[in-house]
Amino acid sequence: MKRRLWSFHGGIHPAQHKVVSTHLPIQPQRLPQRLVLPLHQHIGEPAEPVVKAGERVLKGQLIAHASGYVSAPVHASSSGVVTGIGEAPIPHPSGLSAPCIVIEPDGEDRWAERLPVENYRELAPSALRNIIREAGIVGLGGAGFPSYIKLNPGHHKSIKTLILNGVECEPFITCDDMLMRERAAEIRGGIEIIRHALQAEECLIAIEDNKPAAFESMRTAVAGMDRVEVVRVPTLYPQGSEKQLVRVLTGKEVPRDGLCLNVGVVCVNVGTAAAVHRAIHLGEPLVSRIVTVTGSAVGRPCNMEVLIGTPMNELIAQCEGAVERIERLIMGGPMMGFALHRPDLPVIKTTNCVLAATAADLPPVRPVMPCIRCGACADACPVNLLPQQLYWYSKTKDLDKAQEYDLFDCIECGACSYVCPSNIPLVQYFRYAKGDIWTREREKEKSDLARQRHESRQKRLEREKAEREAKRQQKKSALDAAATAERGQAQAAAAMQQAESRRDAALQEAEKRRGEGWPGRKDGADAPPRENDRESN
Amino acid sequence: MPLTTSTSPHVRSPASVTEVMLQVLLALVPGIGIYIWFFGWGLVINIVIAACAALVAESAMLMIRKRPLRQYLGDCSALVTAVLLALALPPLSPWWITVIGVFFAIVVAKQLYGGLGFNPFNPAMVGYVVLLVSFPVQMTSWLPISTFSSYDMSFLEVAAFIFGGQLPPGLTFDALTEATPLDTLKNNLGQGNTVTEIRAQLGLDDVTSLLLSVIPIFGAIGGKGWEWVNAGFLLGGLWLIYRRIIGWHIPVAMLGSLALISGAFALYDPEHYASPMFHLFSGAVMLGAFFIATDPVTAAASAPGRLAYGAGIGILLYVIRVWGGYPDSIAFSVLLMNMVVPIIDDRFKPRVFGHGRK
Repeated sequence: MKRRLWSFHGGIHPAQHKVVSTHLPIQPQRLPQRLVLPLHQHIGEPAEPVVKAGERVLKGQLIAHASGYVSAPVHASSSGVVTGIGEAPIPHPSGLSAPCIVIEPDGEDRWAERLPVENYRELAPSALRNIIREAGIVGLGGAGFPSYIKLNPGHHKSIKTLILNGVECEPFITCDDMLMRERAAEIRGGIEIIRHALQAEECLIAIEDNKPAAFESMRTAVAGMDRVEVVRVPTLYPQGSEKQLVRVLTGKEVPRDGLCLNVGVVCVNVGTAAAVHRAIHLGEPLVSRIVTVTGSAVGRPCNMEVLIGTPMNELIAQCEGAVERIERLIMGGPMMGFALHRPDLPVIKTTNCVLAATAADLPPVRPVMPCIRCGACADACPVNLLPQQLYWYSKTKDLDKAQEYDLFDCIECGACSYVCPSNIPLVQYFRYAKGDIWTREREKEKSDLARQRHESRQKRLEREKAEREAKRQQKKSALDAAATAERGQAQAAAAMQQAESRRDAALQEAEKRRGEGWPGRKDGADAPPRENDRESN
Repeated sequence: MPLTTSTSPHVRSPASVTEVMLQVLLALVPGIGIYIWFFGWGLVINIVIAACAALVAESAMLMIRKRPLRQYLGDCSALVTAVLLALALPPLSPWWITVIGVFFAIVVAKQLYGGLGFNPFNPAMVGYVVLLVSFPVQMTSWLPISTFSSYDMSFLEVAAFIFGGQLPPGLTFDALTEATPLDTLKNNLGQGNTVTEIRAQLGLDDVTSLLLSVIPIFGAIGGKGWEWVNAGFLLGGLWLIYRRIIGWHIPVAMLGSLALISGAFALYDPEHYASPMFHLFSGAVMLGAFFIATDPVTAAASAPGRLAYGAGIGILLYVIRVWGGYPDSIAFSVLLMNMVVPIIDDRFKPRVFGHGRK
């Protein structure tokens, strides 16, 4: 019986280049001179160091603990001495440095005490999650989301489907392919544990049809398991993207701003499942992963089991070195990976591929032509956006319009840029626009805060003014009362004067009659101070 | 070791604007071949004149606008405009007609708006409409198909007429030209004749048409020769869809709406309204549907928008043909719908993944 598959809009078929790194079994790695372990290898808060410079550590020993809910601890990937804790260059698109713990291996690669779980089925899901959390396991597919959070369905009580993502749709990358071929049993172990933690009804293992060996290997490994099925999906980029894969396998669309949990699905990379198996059954935290070292510049492309923290140039050297000039060094695949600015950056938990590309592998960027609105980008978009409209709005900084055209639904898979006949770096515009909007939001928050502050100050001032005014009014009415009294006195005085002057006049008259003159006197009442004089102070 | 840094994606498909334009030109070949077979060498000369004029105009404008000449001339978009315009002109158009049309198309309709990608109106159609309203006599003088012509002009004779206005001795221009089937239909219907009478008058009962009508939908439908020219463009258009150079939405919507509306009227009164087949296979319908309306720059952006845009063109085409002042109206329909594109783009957006159905 063939399982029904759904489809998503768009998608592309870039050249695969996968065969080059699948000729050899997974290679062991020589210990490097130095291991550089960034404290931030996952989505969320960086870990906090619990060791000091000069301290001796064993392989698998906790050297930095998780600092929040969305965070993951970091373990020493080999035994040795912590030579320093501080800023060091890390693989990140920004090219900036970040806090790292540097370990000089002693060459013994001696494990700390490992505590395997005897019977995980006796443990409550929360206890299992805790072990997985303490093992520092994050999604090994490339995003690096702390796994224990995914395994916590929370209020979404019933998880119907657990999806194991073995799609690996990016060109060049083969680490999951090789893992499935060689270590299917580990993946099976992981599936059992994760399923137990989630109480998922069924499990689907999705593998693209360009990996027949992995498909067979997985099918053999899970034979006999209840409601576990290996599903062959057609090769199409970006099918490995979680929401697209959920759609293909279940027909359900994860709502925007939603999680797979919302549709009763949990999606885990096959590498993560293997790591979970090791954490539970072997008591090993995440200290190594499988990395594809490939590209025409590499003498012998292959997959290696690599200790986290190994410098990438060291890996290339162990693959018979750079036989051609490395034009671009990319961590991840050519579609979504990012170009590194120096070759000695460490492998981190999310490093699935080190692509040492020659100029021929990744042809130089061609001159950008004007958009002819051909719509190839819209046809390729797996989210059904209109990239050309988004491009106009991003370019002209019409950010409201860009948001109206659902800029934030863009998963930055690069399919639109890939197909654009005008070579427009569409994704780059979208990233800029998103950044601009975030900046604007922050600015807005800041200005909102400033406005609130200003308003409350204004209120306070007004209140104070009103109080002053009230006081002044009080004073004024008191003064007025006084003035009125004064005026009354003055009137009385004036009347007196009038009376006096009349009397004087009478006297004068009398004097005149007597033949003598007196100077007269004119006078007004004292006026109270005028209102506006006071106000202007 | 200096490393190049670039943003993802680091790989690109080999598709380019130049390739898109060249594929369009290639797809025009069957239609052009059949056209030349029926209407003689005039089109070849027109295409050459138009192409040269377009390259000159484009280069001059690029120089004035200080744009890299090689990069923008190399996109071949000016050539596509030139060939489409040449196809819209009567095959015996004097050279200056072609040059003026191309000048308007390239300089005014395209470069003054900002060049490739920025023109709101289809440049070739702007050029054509400018000519149609300025030089109506020259623009409506069509040759009959060569098998019915009283005189078969040689390449040199055609060239002599196009460049110097010299006709072969003993011939007059009026004797050479003939109204197109669409013209005839329109004028005769205006004079109160029925469709049946007009079909007879168009020579649709003669031997060639009988031979052609062995294939049921061809022959005796669009008017002598025209259905074959249209079939040629249809073939090229289907190939473009197959190669994914154009989408199916615009041609299907345009032809579908034209067929529906003409079918409805033909059913209502077959003596006064021509059949859908006549409408679909006459004039520049197939050229318009697959090569002109699909010009991505001036068409609507989203798939549903393109359906609306194409349907609008089909309806306008029929309305202007039947009740308007021009027998064929691809250019007007397309230009009118070009005006509506911003509204269509605003109204018709595809449902984004993960958003609830509205």
